[in-house]
Amino acid sequence: MPLDTVSATRGKTGARPGGSRAGTRQLFAGQAAAAPVPATATAAAPVTASSPRQADDGADGGNGHLGAVLFAGESAAPSGRSYVTAETLAKKQREISISEFFTKNRHLLGFDNPKKALLTSVKEAVDNALDACEEARVLPEVVVTIAQKAENRFALAVEDNGPGIVKGQMGRVFGQLLYGSKFHSLKMSRGQQGIGISAAVMYAQLTTGKPAVVISKTGAGRPAQCMKIAVDTRKNRPEVTESHEREWPERDHGTRIELEMDGRYQEGKGSVLEYLKMTAVVNPHATIIFRSPKGETHRFDRAVNELPPESPEIKPHPRGIELGMLIAMLRNTQSSTLQGFLTSDFSRVSAPVAKEICALAGVEPRDKPARLSREQAEAVFKAFDRVKIMNPRTDCVTPIGGAQLTAGLKKEFPAQFYASNTREPAVYRGNPFRIEVALAWGVESMTAPEAAPAPDPDADAPPRRKKKEEEREAALMQVLRFANRVPLQHQQSACAIFKAVMEVHWRDYLLSQSKGALPQAPVVLMVHMASVWVPFTSESKEAIAGYDVILKEIKLALQEVARQMAAFLRRKQSAADQANRRRLFDRYIPEIAAAASSITGIDRGAVQSRLQAIADRKTRQDEIAGLLPADAPSEPPADPPTDPGTPPASRKATKKAGQPSNGDVNPTEFDEGN
Amino acid sequence: MPPRPKLSKTDHATIGKIDDLAGTVVSQIERGQDPFVNVPIRTLANSRWNQSRAIIEMGSAKAKRNFFNVGIAKKFMQTLLVASECKELIADDEPIAIRMLYYRTKHTIEGTRENTFEEQEESDPIIEDLEVTIDALREELKLFAEQRGGMVGPMIIEDSGDTINLAALGSGGWAVPSIVEEDVIKWKKKDCQAKFILLVEKGTVWSLLNRQKFWDHHQCMLVHGNGMPPRGVRRLLYRMHHELGLPVYVFVDNDPWGYYIYSVVRQGSINLAYESTRMAVPAARYLGLSSFDRERFKLPDNVTIKLDQTDETRSKQILAYPWFQKKKAFQKEIQHMLKSGVKLELEALMHHDVTFMAKKYLPDKLKEGGLW
Repeated sequence: MPLDTVSATRGKTGARPGGSRAGTRQLFAGQAAAAPVPATATAAAPVTASSPRQADDGADGGNGHLGAVLFAGESAAPSGRSYVTAETLAKKQREISISEFFTKNRHLLGFDNPKKALLTSVKEAVDNALDACEEARVLPEVVVTIAQKAENRFALAVEDNGPGIVKGQMGRVFGQLLYGSKFHSLKMSRGQQGIGISAAVMYAQLTTGKPAVVISKTGAGRPAQCMKIAVDTRKNRPEVTESHEREWPERDHGTRIELEMDGRYQEGKGSVLEYLKMTAVVNPHATIIFRSPKGETHRFDRAVNELPPESPEIKPHPRGIELGMLIAMLRNTQSSTLQGFLTSDFSRVSAPVAKEICALAGVEPRDKPARLSREQAEAVFKAFDRVKIMNPRTDCVTPIGGAQLTAGLKKEFPAQFYASNTREPAVYRGNPFRIEVALAWGVESMTAPEAAPAPDPDADAPPRRKKKEEEREAALMQVLRFANRVPLQHQQSACAIFKAVMEVHWRDYLLSQSKGALPQAPVVLMVHMASVWVPFTSESKEAIAGYDVILKEIKLALQEVARQMAAFLRRKQSAADQANRRRLFDRYIPEIAAAASSITGIDRGAVQSRLQAIADRKTRQDEIAGLLPADAPSEPPADPPTDPGTPPASRKATKKAGQPSNGDVNPTEFDEGN
Repeated sequence: MPPRPKLSKTDHATIGKIDDLAGTVVSQIERGQDPFVNVPIRTLANSRWNQSRAIIEMGSAKAKRNFFNVGIAKKFMQTLLVASECKELIADDEPIAIRMLYYRTKHTIEGTRENTFEEQEESDPIIEDLEVTIDALREELKLFAEQRGGMVGPMIIEDSGDTINLAALGSGGWAVPSIVEEDVIKWKKKDCQAKFILLVEKGTVWSLLNRQKFWDHHQCMLVHGNGMPPRGVRRLLYRMHHELGLPVYVFVDNDPWGYYIYSVVRQGSINLAYESTRMAVPAARYLGLSSFDRERFKLPDNVTIKLDQTDETRSKQILAYPWFQKKKAFQKEIQHMLKSGVKLELEALMHHDVTFMAKKYLPDKLKEGGLW
């Protein structure tokens, strides 16, 4: 692992054998007071990471944006290191910082209302569970249980079969906010919601006063460790109120966290259930079981038995960072020269490029990175955009893969047709990313009402009105958005994915679409953006920013699956046409056999079976088999004059069939009389 | 079981034609082919103006009517159905009306709510298709149409064995049957005192002229077809014209429809072009009304009717008919109507007097010998 890679994985990774806890990255780099180095950390370790292992202590969430907010906010405070008054002030700040910060910023962290708080807690716990399992290369099995304790109070338990957490780390993983961070980590990871599971622990604690109960077991034959963990909100430290060993025979290894919190449970859009279902779609290798407060058990069984490949980390690309991050990196680097810093802490920066950057920024390559002023740092930052730099390597974004995507979609959305497309990696602002799209057409849950149309009591109703009702009933395409395997449930219309979906001319792909609306079709579309750094539009991380290249990639992927879908729809239509033709022929075959037999005296049955054999060939029965649902409306049209029959003599017929007007009277001619 | 009727030679020939048609279809089916019949096309595009004979003839173009073709599968089925029914009618020597055939062949297709025929408008053209396909006349298929049209005049005929004096039929006259072939309607030349035939478009005008004994005063056969003369009337005109040497005069409204009746009587129709040789009377003369009659007989504007869009379109189509191309007077006639923008009904002549038509108009016109 490169020296400068600040890898921050999730909290539970600390349980990995040999996982060192040597040092914790100072999150509040600008203000040490707010985030004191935990006592358990190696006190001697310098703030700047001296070994790559140090950085392994990731905290939950890896919320770079949030980190940036904290960073900026805290550094704005007067540091006043040499003044007593300022230190007093700082001390006071420290005492209130964590709980106050949480309370003031709960909307940023996903705890703005009881419903969302419950959802966010589930998300944090489930994301952690999945990450832990994947890192330990275990096929995840996550059990989520929510029980209602009182009208607004719920008990949440999330259990996984991950590697477990060693005793020494359990407290910090769950009881310390921003314990490590993925702020500087450029690795494709779920890290998505707020500041992690410890935020949920704190929310529970603030609303009910109860600590989290955590059980973890790291291997068969070992006892499980059970702890009650709270957050010391004054010091941002874990407060373990109870710790004992117990048996946990159900699992060889794994972790279970129980929280009791204020919340509201609802199903439907933006719900826990929907989140878990979407998570199941995008993680077909995971089994997720949900026991809801209603007493129902929802099982989302795994559809594939392969874990997604591990995503390597990369160093940041100069184009992909922000100024604040550059300043932090300058401060924390181990390189003693600026040139060394640029070449070793960034990807794709060679010595000549580094020299060019320095020249453009007006700084010396031999300057000490930590000595650079803010203005100089900004000059370097600006120079990044003026030099030619190779795009970052892209093998760090691993796709879910077409087969897996389809498998995930298939198991939660039974449908008639699936298509998927995985784009080659692309780069936006120095960050590699990759777009994947999967599509299901003829989704059962969306077509169900159509399949059983109510008998029309008023057959003479004007067709226009009928049509309108049909339109109203037609379901709109459902768009499932994902970033790094995490479902995005809100702010759909602000999201690049949604915008790209709307930019596709779905009518060209045989779907009906009203202006400014999603197409009306029984389609579930899933779009996944994998990236080391997903650009969200805001802190709530629910919408992907619309960089041109991202929009373009999404659109290209969409168009590809749309092409596949349109080809299928055409095949299906042609099969339906053939089936209709066949029904028409089948109706008339007995009549023809009877008439021919009556005239010629040849056996009627023989003529009929010969005709049917020809009909099989003519309507390509072998090709259309399977393309049509068994319950396709097979009733022939009741009133034949509309389509197949002989039109009245005065109407031009058979034009469609490419035949010359066959014996029909020229419509402009007068009736001859008879 | 009633004894089989004795069939005529024609009947046997027609049955043979139907057998051939069905036999071809069956052998196609046995060979695993898409069965078809070739139906001559009965449209303007496939009609030919035979200048030397002055009639419209059917061209040689045929349309392949196959079964495995969604657009015409039903027609194919219907064609066989009608053929099968006609064979039975011939075998039983039991002629029925075309509407009856519609009912004979109409039934609901098993397992559906669809009928083999929904309306008579569907079965009538199938009959005509069958006629041209196997080259057999409707009469030979034992089919007849509703009778329409009437005739009076100084003539004695034999109709299905009954002798009828057409000069003694009161106000109703003799209803012209659908089939007027020699075996049904017979006459002797000496029994006919008429000098010409006057075909009147409308039954009401015919009634008036009959009551006024126009046919007696002018020694003519007074015929009407109640609009477009049906096949029976046209065949009768043809026979009387050729067998008795009677000139035919046509007396119709001055509108496109009237011109067209005249055209059909003279040259035959496009739809039934195959019947032209036995129906068309190229020597038929147009008596009136003419678009110039308004000025000539001083008819006021208030008895005219304005031409509508359809009339104008139709008039232009008739102008373009090849058989009218070289008739300068006729072209002038229609152009004059278009220019004046009005049409005239026969009844407009009532403006002067109820006897004006019989006493003045027709005698004047007859003296001139008709327009064309």
